[in-house]
Amino acid sequence: MKLSTYNFLTSMAIKGVKVGYPLKLTINKKDVVETEFNPTFVERLLPKLDWSAVYGAAQVAELADDIPAVQPENIAENELLLQKLHHLLFEVDVIEGQLECPETGRVFPIADGIPNMLLNEDEV
Amino acid sequence: MARLKLNKLEEYLSSVDGFEKPKILLEQYPTPPHIAACMVHHIQTQHEDIEGKLVGDLGCGCGMLSIASHLLGADLTIGFEIDGDAIDVFRGNIDDMELPNVDCVRTDVLQLQTEGIGRWGKVFDTIVMNPPFGTKHNAGIDMQFLEVGLALASGAVYSLHKTSTRDYIQKRCHKWNVKGKVVAELRYNLDASYKFHKHKSKDIEVDLWRFVHGDETI
Repeated sequence: MKLSTYNFLTSMAIKGVKVGYPLKLTINKKDVVETEFNPTFVERLLPKLDWSAVYGAAQVAELADDIPAVQPENIAENELLLQKLHHLLFEVDVIEGQLECPETGRVFPIADGIPNMLLNEDEV
Repeated sequence: MARLKLNKLEEYLSSVDGFEKPKILLEQYPTPPHIAACMVHHIQTQHEDIEGKLVGDLGCGCGMLSIASHLLGADLTIGFEIDGDAIDVFRGNIDDMELPNVDCVRTDVLQLQTEGIGRWGKVFDTIVMNPPFGTKHNAGIDMQFLEVGLALASGAVYSLHKTSTRDYIQKRCHKWNVKGKVVAELRYNLDASYKFHKHKSKDIEVDLWRFVHGDETI
């Protein structure tokens, strides 16, 4: 699971959960895969992301030194930061870990790189 | 322009593994390499909706359309699939072919529809899908997939549907304030995947649709 994907996942589908975001991320095993840097793509994705969850993911992935806690203005002109965001969002692959619903504590396991968001019938 | 020629794309896709034991209730017909190659190549060359884009693949199965999108230059592809066995094959394909920009989430696409789209609304530039056709006691499931696809896409949704449902889909589009157009007619060759298929293989007429939100031109 890429940390860009993580940014969009919620536990809102659980019955009674209001926001279900951000999910509490735990990383037990991760890979780093190099991918082509496309600054325009990162820039276009940014408005769709939640910065506090980006920063939260950076902390868990031990990359918090690279990412400011508050979203800076004019990121488009800051190529170095765009590169660091590219690395955090697209190159870190969470292989084993879990996501936890902030409201119910329901755990969604991440195994073999795939987050399992499926719910049982009695949970929805 | 596409970075790969159609025949080259099809050649690469022929090495993508399919379902080991297809499940009838999930209508796990694999998307044949030829269909996937034609579909995604068309989307890129005619509409430039793949290269440099964020692409979502609903009901991605073993990842044929996700991988095709990646090969034609999608910057990131995220597949959504309910079945763990299919995802295992998907993950194996990604690892074997060393595809760095393809991700997958195990979830029920219909749950996205009924329980709210969450934060996925309009996230994707392009959605591609080969939905279940809704012939196995799940009538209308292709329309439900389409509804989710439209909610997740800021741009176009591309989807395969049986030609026999063409008029019905056009009516639905009108109701949803969506513009839909058949952009290609394909013959879907279903190998005898299941025991109840008496003939060795059978052609089904399928339309490739392009859908956009009502305020855009198709």
